[in-house]
Formats: sequence, structure tokens, C-alpha cells
Amino acid sequence: MSGASQPGRPSRRLNEQTTLAASAGRIWGMVLRYWYVIRSSWPRTAELIYWPLVQMLMWGFLQSYLASTTSLAAKAAGLFIGAVLLWDILVRSQLGFAVAFLEDIWSRNLGHLMMSPLRPSELVAALMAVSFIKLMVAMVPVAILAYTFFGFNVLSLGFPFAAFFANLVLTSWALGLVSTGVVLRWGLGAESFAWLIVFVFLPLCCVYYPVDTLPAWLQPVALALPPTHVFEGLRAIVLEGRFVAAFMAKAFVLNVIYLALGFAAFTYFLQSARRHGTLVQMGE
Amino acid sequence: MQKPIPPPPAGQPPPVQVVRLRKVYRDVAAVDGIDFTLAAGAVTALLGGNGAGKTTTISMLMGLVIPTSGEARVFGADMARERHRVLHRMNFESPYVDVPMRLTVRQNLEVYGRLYGVRHLKAQVAATAADLRLTEFLDRPYGKLSAGQKTRVSLAKALLNEPELLLLDEPTASLDPDTADWVRAKLQDYMRTRRATVVLASHNMAEVERLADRVIMLEQGRVIADETPAELIQRFGRSTLEEVFLAIARRTRAGEESVA
Repeated sequence: MSGASQPGRPSRRLNEQTTLAASAGRIWGMVLRYWYVIRSSWPRTAELIYWPLVQMLMWGFLQSYLASTTSLAAKAAGLFIGAVLLWDILVRSQLGFAVAFLEDIWSRNLGHLMMSPLRPSELVAALMAVSFIKLMVAMVPVAILAYTFFGFNVLSLGFPFAAFFANLVLTSWALGLVSTGVVLRWGLGAESFAWLIVFVFLPLCCVYYPVDTLPAWLQPVALALPPTHVFEGLRAIVLEGRFVAAFMAKAFVLNVIYLALGFAAFTYFLQSARRHGTLVQMGE
Repeated sequence: MQKPIPPPPAGQPPPVQVVRLRKVYRDVAAVDGIDFTLAAGAVTALLGGNGAGKTTTISMLMGLVIPTSGEARVFGADMARERHRVLHRMNFESPYVDVPMRLTVRQNLEVYGRLYGVRHLKAQVAATAADLRLTEFLDRPYGKLSAGQKTRVSLAKALLNEPELLLLDEPTASLDPDTADWVRAKLQDYMRTRRATVVLASHNMAEVERLADRVIMLEQGRVIADETPAELIQRFGRSTLEEVFLAIARRTRAGEESVA
């Protein structure tokens, strides 16, 4: 620590701060930080897998029962299981994003982070990467279970599955941005918002039933949500055996808008937290 | 009362420059129009009772709080708008802000080293840990350390990037006298070898007398004294800084009671 440089000049022991490589280094530092937390606690890893597995088993057995009693369910083999799998992608990815951020508040680390050279966009990039890692940890075992127990091979969907997956992950990140922004601004009193925001989507984005099922006045609301088009797309494949690209295109355009709004909300709430002094209260 | 500030090296802004800085929460002025400039290598203590405005001032210096008006500049950067230009040149230590509990000491230092862009990170972590007597704890989770060990980790994190500006918020709070003394010696060593500029908020007056060469005393968000510790003690006719602090605090309380 004694290798002094002249005051007023950056230390020669630091890398250049403004390059893309420096930014990538900071993002990687944050990804490591969250990865170390996942790795340090097996109950947390088990918790990531637990609920998706329970959901899959419950809906899988229900599907099996219905298939033996009704002709529609027999024809639509995989409908419930596919919907559960896709819904869990949305939920786990959003929670993965939000909970990683909450870790820094729970551990009273936010003050150090916020006064480090880490930029908000880099924090967001790291949260996105970590939510993806957590999603993989949770969903790979569930996908294997769906195939082993119920013969539903998600990979057999091919490109459509990739499109469903990408769209749901984008939506989850937009929701993650809004929910963490709210927690930044209002503190842990708003923590439940981060946990619950995604479930508002459950009845509205028509996970288990077509949009037509909703009252006419509610249908425009549903169609304004990107996941609605993903689940419509899933039903088109499972029930009619056709991939409707327009569903995915609509979902993608909506997701671009949602992500832009999500990042704007996150930035606004961060600035608002700096104006109201809530970052300091949370950091300590 | 302002001490003359040695001019910064030609072409370089001072490490810290606070101009008519004000922060109002609802209708309460936490900081009420303060001005000061810190020279390179100066160790300045911010003193004052609870609610005097120390934490708010330090928070504005870090850019965590945006001023209502005025400016907090660090190395010339307005911390409300362009703090990312200079954040890698400063660091912060406080017992009230933790690093992640589940991560080991080594993992924490690696993460922060990456955030600050520290070169030769493994070697720097090892050297910093050795310097702060943390080598044997490197692979232990931070949450399982004693208060004294945690303070040393926090200090290691704060010194890892060899900051030119170090902000310390009660760096020895809750430490036993021996550990506190060791931490102060380590800080003195760093300040001397690195010629770092230091802002120290503390309630420990002996610590301030030992470390600081300038004291800025705040009361209700305003600067009420800005002198060397010796000048302050002499002006108030006391024998220690603690007596000065108590005299000012009692004067303030008496004033408040007479108003009430």
C-alpha cells in the first residue's frame, strides 16, 4: 500500500476506468459477488429449484388425470406442462433479478456499492446475468423432470421455445427493473412489491386459458402484456401444431417498450432516492 | 475563522471543494449553506452532535445524496452530476456499512477490487490482507468475524484501490481500545505514505486530536468552527477537544431551552 502516486492523479495501480473492458470488469465483479452467494448456501440453491419442481409435478399429474377423462385435455397433451414451464421462466427470472438486488440491501452493502465506480447500467447488466444463471439452475432440472415423468420435451419445440424463452426473460427483466427501482426509492418497506409484482400478470396474461376467455374490456389490457402473446403462441403450437410468428413479433416489440420504460423507471427512482436520501438510510 | 488553504498544484482542482452546500429534507435544513475546501493531504475532522449534518455532508461528498443547492466537488467533479469521473480515486469506511456476510474476506476483496479496477488484483489482495493482519482470515466468511476483524476487512476494502480521498465515518466505533489504537496507527501510516486527503467523522475526540490537522465543527447544519484542534482548544480555554465539544453542545442545548 505504500506505492504512492502523486495526489490529484489516479493511481497507476488502477486500470483505466472508462473503457468497455473496465465496464465489463465491474459487471463481472458483480456477477461473481452474486455467484458466490448462490454457491455459499445449498439451501438457497435448493430453494431455487424447489417451487418450480413442485409446480411441475402438480400440474403434470393434473394434466395426466384430465387427459384420461376429457378429449380436449388428451388432445392438448403438454398444454398445462408447457404453460407451467413458461410461467416459471417469467417468475424465476424476475425473482432472480430482484432477489439478487435485495441481497445487497439485506447485507447492508448498498452504500459501498453505490459509492464504488459501478454504474447503474452495469449493476443492471449484472442483475440480468445473475437472473439468467439462477433461471438455468432452476429450470434445467424442471425441464428434465417434465420429460422424464410426463414425456414433455421442451427442446422438441425448437426455435419457438427459444423465442418464447427470450421474450419471457425480457419481460422479467423489465419487471425486475421497476421492482428494484421501487425498493431503491422506498426501501425495504416496499420489498413485498418486488416479490409480488409478477403475480399481477398471472390472471392477465392468460397463462392457462385463451385471451377470449377474459371479459371484452379486459382483453386490450391482456394484449398489451408481452407474455400474453407468448402463451397464445404456445397454445397455437400445442393445439393447432403451428408457430405464429406474429405473436412473437408483437411480444418482442412490447418487450422493447417495456424494457425502455423499466430502465427509465429504475433511473428515475435511483435519482429520486439520491434526492430524498434513502440510499444512505438503506446503506446503513 | 477559515484557515488559508494551500493552493492545489497548478492545473489541478482541490480534492474537496464545498460551496454554499445545502440539503433540505421537507422543511428541515440538514446542511445549511456550508463552505470549505480541503487541500491535498489534509486530514480534516467533521465534528458535531447527532443531527449536526456530518453524515449528510459526507453523503453529498460521495454523491449518494443530491444537494438542494450549492455544490460538493471532488477532484473538480460535481458529485451530483459527474461522480463517476472520480469515484475510483476515493473510498469509504464505516462500521455502519457492511460487505456481504456470506462471502469470504478474499471474495469480498476480489469483488471490490474488480469494481475499482485494481491491477494485479490477487497480489494486491494478498498484500493488503498481510498489511492489515487478515491473511489467516482470508477464506473465512465475513459474517463470522469479530467486530475488530470486520473493521480491518472494511479498512482493507477502503484501502484496496489506494484512494487519494478517504472518507471515514467513525472508523473505530465499537472497537476495544487496543484494536482502535492499531486502526488509528494504520490510518496514520497510510495518510503519511500516500499523502491521502482524509475526511473523518468521529465522536471520539482523542482520535480526532491524534489524526486530524483541521476540525470543522457543525451545528444544525452550519459550520460554527473551522480551525486546527490546538487553536480550537485554545480559543475555548479548555484543555482537550472533548471539553470544547461538550462546551459547544451545552451552549447549544441551553440556547434551545431558552428559546423553548
